[in-house]
Amino acid sequence: MTGVAVGIVGVGQTPFVSRRTDVTYPELVREAAVLAMADAGVTMVDVDAVVFPLAPDALIGVGNGERWCVEALGAVGKPFMRVNNGGATGLTAVQTAYLHVASGLFDVVLVAGADRVSESGSAQSVLNKMWDVAYERPYPLNTINMLALSAVRYMHLYGVDERDFARVTVKNRRHAARNPLAHLRTPITEDEVLATRVLSWPIKLGDACPSSTGGAAVVLMSERAAAGRPAAWIRGLGQNCETFWMGDRVGPTAIGDHGDADALAVAFDRAYAMAGVTDPAAQVQAAEVYAPFSSVELHVIEAAGLCAKGTAAGHLADGAFTFDSGTTVVNPSGGVLCTNPIAVTGTVRAAEAALQVLGRAGEHQVPGTDVAIASAIGGDHQFYSTLVVANHLEAIA
Amino acid sequence: MNRTGPAFHDQTWDLSYRHALGETVGRFLGGLADGRLLGRRCPGCSRVLLPARAFCDRCHLDTTDWVDVEPRGELAMFTIVNEPFRNMPTPPYVIAYALLDGADTALLGYLRGVDLTDLAAATTAIRVGLPVRVVFADEPTGRVTDYWFEPA
Repeated sequence: MTGVAVGIVGVGQTPFVSRRTDVTYPELVREAAVLAMADAGVTMVDVDAVVFPLAPDALIGVGNGERWCVEALGAVGKPFMRVNNGGATGLTAVQTAYLHVASGLFDVVLVAGADRVSESGSAQSVLNKMWDVAYERPYPLNTINMLALSAVRYMHLYGVDERDFARVTVKNRRHAARNPLAHLRTPITEDEVLATRVLSWPIKLGDACPSSTGGAAVVLMSERAAAGRPAAWIRGLGQNCETFWMGDRVGPTAIGDHGDADALAVAFDRAYAMAGVTDPAAQVQAAEVYAPFSSVELHVIEAAGLCAKGTAAGHLADGAFTFDSGTTVVNPSGGVLCTNPIAVTGTVRAAEAALQVLGRAGEHQVPGTDVAIASAIGGDHQFYSTLVVANHLEAIA
Repeated sequence: MNRTGPAFHDQTWDLSYRHALGETVGRFLGGLADGRLLGRRCPGCSRVLLPARAFCDRCHLDTTDWVDVEPRGELAMFTIVNEPFRNMPTPPYVIAYALLDGADTALLGYLRGVDLTDLAAATTAIRVGLPVRVVFADEPTGRVTDYWFEPA
């Protein structure tokens, strides 16, 4: 490591549910902020700067929603920044906070936010607005069918089927049952997933994330400010960007295939190189990766280097990626498939990875976790953020 | 918790936009009325970008030549939408991308001409690699939906 060591010393998550009618949006943001600061043993007086994750304004129905939340974040009189990187927002915000501290400008930075995805009444109407106005928007594209297109490519490339996708949901629901804060916690069988209604083939309701309401926050500190507090040290981070045009991700001259997550693999490689991770499958015990649909998790596992391209479904069928499997546990919290408060979904990934290396994940703790990874994806599979955390500052073995 | 007042405030965003298309996009859309699929070639990497784009994202150069792309090719990816979404068409319908002869990038469009009443049968009839042809609307509207794909 060079420069200032930066660690996550506090995390806060509210329970994730379909609706909260007892609080306003800023009040929900404040809940998460207060939880994280209490966990870190600080108050807003100790916080030097605030980073606020918020994706499309229209999901909460308030333009520039960051303005609404400055007081809730205790940010009056402090440096403040909103980050928007689509679905990657919540993790990109943590990366931004890392850079704030690693630069030496600040010692204590709060990342806190919330989402209430169901309040728009039609999240997919909001998400449809992200495509090119002339070439794409006249078609009914949304985040479900864009990833159904990817799933079809993945099936074509590697010969997997809908049951392979269903197994991902089964695993994650079983994991979420251990996580009291998760949104969808009811275990489900492969046949039950396969029997759910088709949204956009091959994606069925049972393959899809919920629209979640809740808040999440983390407090980052320099090693100096942490002053001996247990910390999830941020050892590596990576980012990468894929072309906007889905049609440019197929064919002989494409750089990456829309069925794979090649650009995410590059983002992981950047984080691994920084952290000194050379064999992730052997060196990473817990992975909190962003996959809002079951099909996505398979190519994300491959992009994370936990197995070769096209092999994740086979490994999963053989019992990998879950507790007591002897492999990296993927989404011990239940993941995005069980909880998706879009603005902070990436923040939850960082918070859960931190809890794992701190040994504080409760019922969904992966025993013996020293190194954990987090990732998030935004846009039409376009923006990628990755993170490596460890409970020490020594070389990663 | 006891409520002592109203619980909700309802609001609607009612906005209208008039997006400028620009010369390159406008000419591509205009070409559809003549039954032409116009791509643009990058002078750096020689890729033909379809639909037409004014610059190449890889070389960051202005594209130079207009290239007529053939109205035939093969399906690169597809999905059968089966769920109604607000302000979107009544399902089922097929959203597809096709790699057309002479283009380096795949073009978005509806796939028509396949019976969707039996979803399982449709997912067999439609496949990656399916040969397709482009059909143009008899009465063009100036929009990108003035063409669609059908099995060749």
